[in-house]
Amino acid sequence: MTRVLRWDVLVGALLVAVFAAGSLGVPGFATTGNLSFALGDLGEIALIALAMTLLVVAAEVDLSVASVLGLSSALVGALWDGGMAIETIIPLVVLVGAVCGLVNGLLVTRLGLPSLAVTIGTLALYRGLAYVVLGDKAVAQFPPAYTALAVDDVPGTPVPYPVALFVLLAVVTGVVLHATGFGRALYAIGAQEQAAFFAGIRVKRIKLLLFTLSGTVAAFAGVVFTLRYGSARADNGLGVELAVIAAVLLGGVDFDGGKGTLGGVIAGVLLIGLLRNLLMLGDVSTEIQSIVTGLLLIVSVLTPRLVSVVRPALKGTP
Amino acid sequence: MSAHPTLALAGVSKSFGAVRALRDVSIELHAGEAHALAGENGAGKSTLVKTLAGVHRPDQGRILLDGEPVVFTGPADAQQAGVAVIYQEPTLFPDLSVAENIVMGRQPRRSLGRIDRAAMRAAARELFGRLGVDLDPGRPTRGLSIADQQLVEIAKALSRDARVLVMDEPTAALSGAEAARLFSVVEALREHGCAVLFISHRLDEIFALCQRVTTLRDGQWIASELVAGLTHDDLVRRMVGRDLGALYPKQDAAVGDVALKVERLTREGVFTDVSFEVRRGEIVALAGLVGAGRSEVARAIFGIDRWDAGTVTVDGRELPPGSPTAAMGAGLALVPEDRRQQGLVMEMSIERNIGLTGLRSLRRGATISRRAERDRAADWAARLRLKFARLGDGVGVLSGGNQQKVVLAKWLATEPSVLIVDEPTRGIDVGTKAEVHRLLSELAGQGIAVLMISSDLPEVLGMADRVLVMREGRLSAEIPRAEATEESVMNAATRRAA
Repeated sequence: MTRVLRWDVLVGALLVAVFAAGSLGVPGFATTGNLSFALGDLGEIALIALAMTLLVVAAEVDLSVASVLGLSSALVGALWDGGMAIETIIPLVVLVGAVCGLVNGLLVTRLGLPSLAVTIGTLALYRGLAYVVLGDKAVAQFPPAYTALAVDDVPGTPVPYPVALFVLLAVVTGVVLHATGFGRALYAIGAQEQAAFFAGIRVKRIKLLLFTLSGTVAAFAGVVFTLRYGSARADNGLGVELAVIAAVLLGGVDFDGGKGTLGGVIAGVLLIGLLRNLLMLGDVSTEIQSIVTGLLLIVSVLTPRLVSVVRPALKGTP
Repeated sequence: MSAHPTLALAGVSKSFGAVRALRDVSIELHAGEAHALAGENGAGKSTLVKTLAGVHRPDQGRILLDGEPVVFTGPADAQQAGVAVIYQEPTLFPDLSVAENIVMGRQPRRSLGRIDRAAMRAAARELFGRLGVDLDPGRPTRGLSIADQQLVEIAKALSRDARVLVMDEPTAALSGAEAARLFSVVEALREHGCAVLFISHRLDEIFALCQRVTTLRDGQWIASELVAGLTHDDLVRRMVGRDLGALYPKQDAAVGDVALKVERLTREGVFTDVSFEVRRGEIVALAGLVGAGRSEVARAIFGIDRWDAGTVTVDGRELPPGSPTAAMGAGLALVPEDRRQQGLVMEMSIERNIGLTGLRSLRRGATISRRAERDRAADWAARLRLKFARLGDGVGVLSGGNQQKVVLAKWLATEPSVLIVDEPTRGIDVGTKAEVHRLLSELAGQGIAVLMISSDLPEVLGMADRVLVMREGRLSAEIPRAEATEESVMNAATRRAA
C-alpha cells in the first residue's frame, strides 16, 4: 500500500507552504534572528512532544506535563531563593519530575485507571503544589552562565542550545521508536494491548517507564523555561500541554494509539511554532493564538476521520 | 417449487484489487429450500453473502429477484427486497428489550406518536410462536445467549417479511442443543416458503439441514447439487480439490521427560487443585464443556492471570505467577483462543506479528534487524504453507485459517518446549484444519510437549495421547487414548458431582 498522501508527508508539505507564505507576506519573518528566536521559543514544547509521542503511540496520554513544568519552575525558584547551588537544584528538580511521572504511571498501571482522567487530576494537583511551593511571587537573578545556556546559540550556528539538545534527543527517540524492539512493542501495545501482553511484552512496566520519562522531560523543560525567561513562577507554562498534544496529533499520531511517526510529530511541532511566531509578528493577541491552537487540535483529529469517510465514498460511486 | 428462484446470482465476478474473490459464480435460492454454501476459508463465501446482502456490487454478472434482474445499491435495498442476513455475532441493542429490537425503526404507534408497547410485545410473541420458541419479549436483550440473540435476529427478519434468510456460520458459537433448536426454527421457516442460505464449517450440519449444496473453491463455482446423493467425503473433495487422507494424523512419538508439570494449581472461584504433567512428544488434550475452566487454566499457566496456590514447572524450572515474559523465557508458548484480540495485532503486518515474540532475538546491536525479521517470517511462512501476497501486508487481509498459521508461526519461532494451543482449529476450514493437525503431530514428533484445549470431540479423540477432562473448575478424569471415546469424555465432562 503505497499511499502518496501520507498524513505526515502532508503536514511536512503544509509546513513548507506556511514557511513560504510567511517569507513572502510577513516582513521580518524570514530573518535568521527571528527564526532562531522562534525555534528557541519552541524548545520546551518540542522536548515534551518527544516523550508525549511515545505515550500516545502506546495509547496513553499525559496531560500533567505543563503542571510538572510549572512545579519544576517553582521549585527552581524556591530552592535558589533559599540559597541552594544551581548545580544541585537542577538534578533535584528533574528527579521530582520523574517522581511526578512515576505517580501518574502507578495510578494508571497498578490501579488500571484511564490516563486521561489520572493526568487531568495530577494536572490540577501538580499546579497546585507549584503554588504551594512558590506562591504568587517570581524569583529572578539566576547565574548568567546558566541563563545564557538556555538562550544562546551554539557557536557558529543560529541554533539555540535547547534546540540543539532537542535535535540530539529527537534522533535518539526516532531510532528508539522506529528501529528498536522497544519501539515495536509500543506500537503493539497501542494497537492491541492484549495481543502485546500475550506475546510476552511487559506492558505495565513499559507504560510506567513512559510516564516516568514524560515527567522527567517535563521537569527538565521547566528548568530550561525558567532559565530562558530568567524568571521562576508557579504559573509558568500554563496550557503548554495543549500545544504539545496539538503538535503530536497534528503530526499524525493516532490518539487511539498504534499509529504515527516521529517525523510527522517534528513537522507538527515546527508547524505550530511557525504559526505562533507568525501570529506574534502580526501582533495577534494571545487569546487568538490560543484559539488557533485549539482549532488546529480539532482539525488534526477531524481531518483523518473525514478522509477515511470521504475516500471510500468517492471510490464507491461509479 | 416456483419456476423462478426467489433469489439468484448469475455469472457473478468480484475483485478486490488484484484478488479475484468471486469468478463467474452462480447460485439459485428457491422458496422452501435450505441451500448450503460450502468451501474453505478464503473460498469466497463471505463475498458471496455480502453480494446478496447488497454490501458489495458485482463487477460482472447479475442478481435476479424472482427471475428479474435487480441492482442492490446498498444493504437497505437488499433488505427491502426481502433478503435478511443473520451473522455469527448478532448486532442487537443490549439495553433495549427483545420486542423493541425486533420492531426497531418500525414501532407500532398510538395517538400522538407514542409507541404502542402492548402491540409491540404481542407482535413479538406472535413471531416467536411462528418460530416455535419460547422467549420473553419484555426482557432486556443484554444477557441473552448468542443462540437466543440469533433467534431475535430471525424474528426481526420475519417481521420484515424476509423471503431469503442468509445465515453466516450461525452455529459456530452454539452448543449442540442450541444448534438443534436453531435447526428446527430453520425447518419451520422453510416450510413457510422461505429460501434459506446456510453456511457452516460443520459438514454434519449441512447434511442434516440442507437439500442442496453449492461448493466454492478459490472463488470459483465447483458444483451445485442435491445433498441427498452426496457423501461426507464427496463434499470434502469438492471443497479442497483432493482427498484428505486421514483427518487426524497423530503419529506415535517417543515419549520423553516431563516438560510441563502443574501441581495443585488453584485460582479462587475459577479452578481448583488442578494437577497434571505433559511429557515431550505427547499431545495431551484438555476437554470439557465451555466454562469448565480449561482456557482459564491455560491462561494461568502462561502467566496471563495469577494463580492463588500451586506450582507450574517447565523443564524443571518453577515459574513465577503472573508473568507471560517469564513463561516465554522458560520455553512456554500459548496460541490463545481469541485470535483477533489476543493472538494477533490486526493492524500490523504478517512479518511484524511473527517478529513480535522475537524482539530480543532479532536484535542486531541496539536495533531490530529488518532482514532478520523478514527471514524469520519467510522461513515460517514457508514451513506452515501460509497463503499470502506480501509479508508486509496487514495480517487482517488473511483468511481465518491463515491468520491462525501466523499465530502458530510467531510462537513456533520461539522454539518452545511446551506448546499450549487453545481451540487451534475453531473457525478454520477443513483443509487448513488437517494441516494444523499434521503440524501438531510433527511438533510432538520433534519432542515438543503439546497441551491442546478443544471443544471439537473428534479432534480430541484423533489427536490426543491422553485426554484430561475438566468439569466445574476441577479435573474430573484422565483417559488414556485407548479408552477415550465420545461417551467416556462426555460422561466425565457432564457427570454430576456425587
